[in-house]
Amino acid sequence: MSSGNQSNTARWFGRGWLALGFAFLYLPILALVIYSFNDSPLPNVWRGFTLKWYASLASDTELLAGLWLSLKIAFMTACASVVLGMLAAYALVKYKLFTGRTLFGGMVNAPLVMPEVVVGLSLLLMLVSVQRALGFPERGMMTIWLGHLLLGVAYATVVIQARLQDMNPQLEEAAMDLGARPHQVFWLVTLPLIAQSMVSAWLLTFTLSLDDVVLSAFLSGPGSTTMPLVIFSRARLGLNPSVNAVATVIIVIVAIGVVLASYLIARGERQRQQELAAAGRH
Amino acid sequence: MNPSLALESAERKPSWLGRLFSGRHLVIALPFGFLLLFFLLPFLIVAKISVSEMEIVSFKDLLTYQDGVLSISLKFSNYLFLLQDSLYVRTYLASLQYAAATTVLCLFIGYPFAYFMARAKSSLQPALLMLVMLPFWTSFLIRVYAWRGLLTEGGWVADAIVGLGLDQLLLAMGLISSPGKLMHTPFSLVLGMTYTYLPFMILPLYGNLAKMDLRLLEAASDLGATPWVAFWKVTVPLSKAGIIAGSMLVFIPCVGEYVIPELLGGPETLMIGRVLWDEFFSNNDWPMASSVAVVMVLLILLPLALFNKYQAQAQERR
Repeated sequence: MSSGNQSNTARWFGRGWLALGFAFLYLPILALVIYSFNDSPLPNVWRGFTLKWYASLASDTELLAGLWLSLKIAFMTACASVVLGMLAAYALVKYKLFTGRTLFGGMVNAPLVMPEVVVGLSLLLMLVSVQRALGFPERGMMTIWLGHLLLGVAYATVVIQARLQDMNPQLEEAAMDLGARPHQVFWLVTLPLIAQSMVSAWLLTFTLSLDDVVLSAFLSGPGSTTMPLVIFSRARLGLNPSVNAVATVIIVIVAIGVVLASYLIARGERQRQQELAAAGRH
Repeated sequence: MNPSLALESAERKPSWLGRLFSGRHLVIALPFGFLLLFFLLPFLIVAKISVSEMEIVSFKDLLTYQDGVLSISLKFSNYLFLLQDSLYVRTYLASLQYAAATTVLCLFIGYPFAYFMARAKSSLQPALLMLVMLPFWTSFLIRVYAWRGLLTEGGWVADAIVGLGLDQLLLAMGLISSPGKLMHTPFSLVLGMTYTYLPFMILPLYGNLAKMDLRLLEAASDLGATPWVAFWKVTVPLSKAGIIAGSMLVFIPCVGEYVIPELLGGPETLMIGRVLWDEFFSNNDWPMASSVAVVMVLLILLPLALFNKYQAQAQERR
């Protein structure tokens, strides 16, 4: 496979395709970053280097308030999604038979592909009905959180489910045989084994929530404008250098976070493998 | 421990799993209840509102009981209107078309991409995978916005396309309406959706292709197949599951997409997600918005069922 003229051409074709593909994926990000340092307020007209857009971010109260709200919502979404997603994944993997399992599985997956406008509209209409009947909840942070949670649970379940399915059930059985109580099996064996996937799920749902526009737009109330809603309303009106600067800040933070997290996850995984191998030798 | 209890638990063997958190019921009931309450119920409410008469502050009850007469009033006029008004029909069809075009483009770019990724040196693969995932983690809104800068006059991509004369080709294909003007056209819309959803195509395809047993290709080659024939007769059929999963993950969300058509589309590229949004936010017509939502869900039900079936199969196989 790896020798001969034809496979050589194929290899270069492959490298070229990958390079072009990555260029396609990264070009817009690169352009954003570069133009965030552009002195000209006009888009696409380069007029020298500046940091003024970054300086103006510090006094952009609308954006900063949005950022703070978004961070709070994202944190709550990620925590709650991981807990509910873990339960859902556990139910789907460990209990093969229960009433409504098909419906349950379908409902868990559906928010992944359901258009967000439909999810947002239906949640909002329900909340409005409830509000009319009971007088609460007011639309705001908690209702946005609820919407994000719905999406987050779906993603967290998929991530944790994949890990649970790959797990060797004999480990739990062995703990059982050695006299561990069921809750001990869960806390001492199952949970450490799926912990890595729970971290991934937390990060994924956190970023999803931090990025969401459509659900937030339906579920937000007066005075609860998240950062993506601020960015979206500015982007709708046209190109805006302040958006470029925010974007660059977000990109840098996320890139560092993702690289760091995957390094730590990979290291944890290696350690776990070594421990397992060591345990196997005894 | 009570001996009879021990005996009982020995008889019902799987029950030890079920005792977690004082019982499996809680494990199932918590997420199940959450989804029933906040996913299924809201959708049923939308279905109900879509056939309701809108009164000044609330909706007319579907069921009324007056003078010993139980009457049901269902207002299907929204649905009739959807069918009769050519704007809605055209918008639905256009949404399906744009989503289909995006899916085909993603498959065309993503399949070779995933294939070469899966056949790259195994030491490189985690890094490549990371590079595909990284844009996916950075804000989707911001990446879509970035295309505005690239495609407006004077932007890098716009300059390159006009410089190469490709805008004439796009004009001939009917994707843009005047040469040099790339933004707010079907072209910018499909490009933006392809860009956004490409990782959703690459990731399942890569997962599938990386797991393939390469000895099958050796066998094909031993039997006289050229690499090209082996690719089409062995690799592609074996990756069918990945193709279906990737296509559905691109097609379904594209049909109902709102943000990309709003930022990159134009007045003539109406998509159904935008129509729903406008019915709700601009026209305040809740029953109409609900009807649009119900029809939208019906449209994606078939691909959705296909996707779920594949997911279930993939999980059984593990």
